[in-house]
Amino acid sequence: MKIRIKFRKYGVMKFIGHLDTMRYFQKCIRRAGIDIAYSEGFSPHQIMSFAAPLGVGITSDGEYLDIEVNSTKSSAEELQSLNAVMAEGVEVVSYRSLKDTEKKAMSIVAAADYELRIRDGYEPPKVDYEAAFREFFDGPKEVFITKKTKKSEKTIDLKKLVYGFRIFMEQDRPVFYLKVCTGSTDNLKPETVLEAFYAFLGEKLDPFCIQIHRIDVYGMQDGALVSLGEMGERIE
Amino acid sequence: MDLQDKKERKPALSDKILMSVEKPARYIGGEVNAVMKDPSQVEIRFAMCFPDVYEIGMSHLGIQILYDMFNRRSDVYCERVYSPWPDLHRILKEEQIPLFALESQDPIQVFDFLGITIQYEMCYTNILQILDLSGIPLLAKDRGMEHPFVIGGGPCAYNPEPLADFFDLFYIGEGETSYDELFCLYKAWKKSGMDRKEFLRKAARVPGIYVPSFYEAVYHEDGTIADFHPTEDGIPARIEKQVAMDLTDAPYPSKPLVPFIQVTQDRVVLEIQRGCIRGCRFCQAGMIYRPTREKDVEVLKRQAYELLKNTGYEEISLNSLSSSDYSRLKELVTYLIEECGERRVNISLPSLRIDEFSLDVMSKVQDIKKSSLTFAPEAGSQRLRDVINKGLTREVILEGAGKAFEGGWQKVKLYFMLGLPTETVEDQEAIAELANEIAARYYDIPKERRSGRCQITISTSFFVPKPFTPFQWAKMYPKEHYLECAKTVNEAVKNQLNKKSIRYNWHEADVTVLEGILARGDRRLGKAILRAYEKGCLFDAWSDFYDHSKWMEAFLETGIHPDFYTVRERSLEEILPWDFIDAGVTKAFLKREYHKALEGKVTLNCRMQCNSCGAGKYQGGVCVENQN
Repeated sequence: MKIRIKFRKYGVMKFIGHLDTMRYFQKCIRRAGIDIAYSEGFSPHQIMSFAAPLGVGITSDGEYLDIEVNSTKSSAEELQSLNAVMAEGVEVVSYRSLKDTEKKAMSIVAAADYELRIRDGYEPPKVDYEAAFREFFDGPKEVFITKKTKKSEKTIDLKKLVYGFRIFMEQDRPVFYLKVCTGSTDNLKPETVLEAFYAFLGEKLDPFCIQIHRIDVYGMQDGALVSLGEMGERIE
Repeated sequence: MDLQDKKERKPALSDKILMSVEKPARYIGGEVNAVMKDPSQVEIRFAMCFPDVYEIGMSHLGIQILYDMFNRRSDVYCERVYSPWPDLHRILKEEQIPLFALESQDPIQVFDFLGITIQYEMCYTNILQILDLSGIPLLAKDRGMEHPFVIGGGPCAYNPEPLADFFDLFYIGEGETSYDELFCLYKAWKKSGMDRKEFLRKAARVPGIYVPSFYEAVYHEDGTIADFHPTEDGIPARIEKQVAMDLTDAPYPSKPLVPFIQVTQDRVVLEIQRGCIRGCRFCQAGMIYRPTREKDVEVLKRQAYELLKNTGYEEISLNSLSSSDYSRLKELVTYLIEECGERRVNISLPSLRIDEFSLDVMSKVQDIKKSSLTFAPEAGSQRLRDVINKGLTREVILEGAGKAFEGGWQKVKLYFMLGLPTETVEDQEAIAELANEIAARYYDIPKERRSGRCQITISTSFFVPKPFTPFQWAKMYPKEHYLECAKTVNEAVKNQLNKKSIRYNWHEADVTVLEGILARGDRRLGKAILRAYEKGCLFDAWSDFYDHSKWMEAFLETGIHPDFYTVRERSLEEILPWDFIDAGVTKAFLKREYHKALEGKVTLNCRMQCNSCGAGKYQGGVCVENQN
């Protein structure tokens, strides 16, 4: 049976990278006594896959992993056993069963949304954000930026890969909301968009000045973005 | 408790610093099974330190035992601290951020004790780094009421003298026995308002506690020790090592810490016995952990189950010296295979003798194609193996390897030492010859039953004589001699018929010389260690960081002659810096063993015959087996 687990990552756990988070969950599953299925072969491993790796330093309210189990208790019971063995900084918030035909989260990830905040001690650029936003993103039909990778440079159109972009003010400081294309092809990091916005303002973005928080991850279902957490069903 | 209600811990380091150093997880604490207490509710705050990087320190069993044992007390809060990696070291220095403990993230400075486990000589400068970054004066004599008491323990504490200037106290022996008494004294002293020295004076009377500032060494003109004695009445002249005689019921953590990042020993560790019956003459652990004490097998089974359940690890390692000598090993391993098979847990069995039983076990828990067999003959010729009293014979090795090859193994690792007492060129060449014979044994198997070439890897290290071993009087050699030894082995390997199946690795010799100086040094070395740290020596155990020339400058500038500690042959009558410690084994026994070594005579193991080593006075373990 396929199970999708949603969890939050906060506090100092943001410093634990993707691979270590995977190892962390393998041990949690054992401590919690989840009846997980193992692969065949000489060195069997838990059947487990993560939806979209989260970068070091980023917090999240919407992380997902899919596992395969031989048997399961109710969602409420399994949530309780999992949360009883979590370290501070990880909280499991949902445990749902998926249909056998349902695809793995990692193969259907299409988007993720984020909140980017300026950290305390750093000053945001002093501009009219509403006007700047209209001019940089909302108005133009195309917003080309150059994306540098390790091997090459690529020109991409933000209008095609940014699905949502808002700037709102909180205590006179801007908060950037971004919903961006995520997945193996055309993956766009939210900070890349912010960097381009800063460049448009004639400023250079200090990567240390923002705290990125992932809100949720979405898959493509019948041509629409659906939260990975809304798929499947609660086990009563 | 609702997760939301918990107060989030605030790291001592800013996000900016944590994001700019390698592996920030080394510094954030909060691991699974980390103990969280309210520091204001305890009477004693103890910072437990392993003076090396997190991944090494977290792999150490002793700290896990003491961490658990201390935290069982409601009046003590024990936290951990490890050496910051050079990248963070720089930042802490530049920004003047004090070193902190992982759990509370509070500065070490506010603790009552800083306990440092001293596992190897090459961490001595890291100890100074810990003190320095904590804002604790490096010299014990400069510390005041506002500073923690710095206490050292572990195997290197059996010769604490080179570190005498830096520690307020040392604990000699196994930690399980005397800490309660020490804590009790501390609480009373704290309330009394008396000075620091008064606490040390009382502590010096606790069994196993050595307070170096109450002792004085007097030297002959030739530099050897003329006398070593307490400077006050009531301070014991001899320090008794501490031994936990009942290991079965001794505290053992059932919920060990589980790190977030991969560490060196990333598995459940179950100690099955302490001590070793074998009596290899070079081995300090085999002497200072006497007598050999086993844990009850039923308790071990229960502990294995609990440990796996409480950590979620998928591997368990049985920890001891020479684990084949544990009398109920078969029963324990069979249980683990049955129990763990269901839970898909791997079992690792270090220090196992290669025989039918161990091969059978290994074929069940490991992938034969990938795994390798390990033999530690330590010396190439039978003559030299008799000198060092390593019981392993050529026949046993060849038989074990043969069985393994028949069973499908292809890789063999061989460990040897060079620079052993009485060693000749022939002994060195015999290393290559033994490897060749093992390879030949592989090619005895008909072609159709083997797949390709075998792989024999020889590794050599250079021998460093250690205190409380029969070789504690042995001379060492200049660096050039060690490299010559390695060259001899390398040439000999090239002359073997099966040279294509043999690989040879050896180590640098610089670090051996330094280890030799520190291992058998006296308290005059303190100033050289301090000078080396001031010159920037740090992480000396890491070949990338080890700077031999700085160390040699430090010795030169402080008037220390390294040769005095290394190449000089010590007389059996000489007062050795560690003679004031009673480690169980008597000097008379060590002398007997040294003589027998030079005559090439072997000594039978403790189960076959009592050799009156002195550990019998503890009246337990192997010394009283079959006597009821």
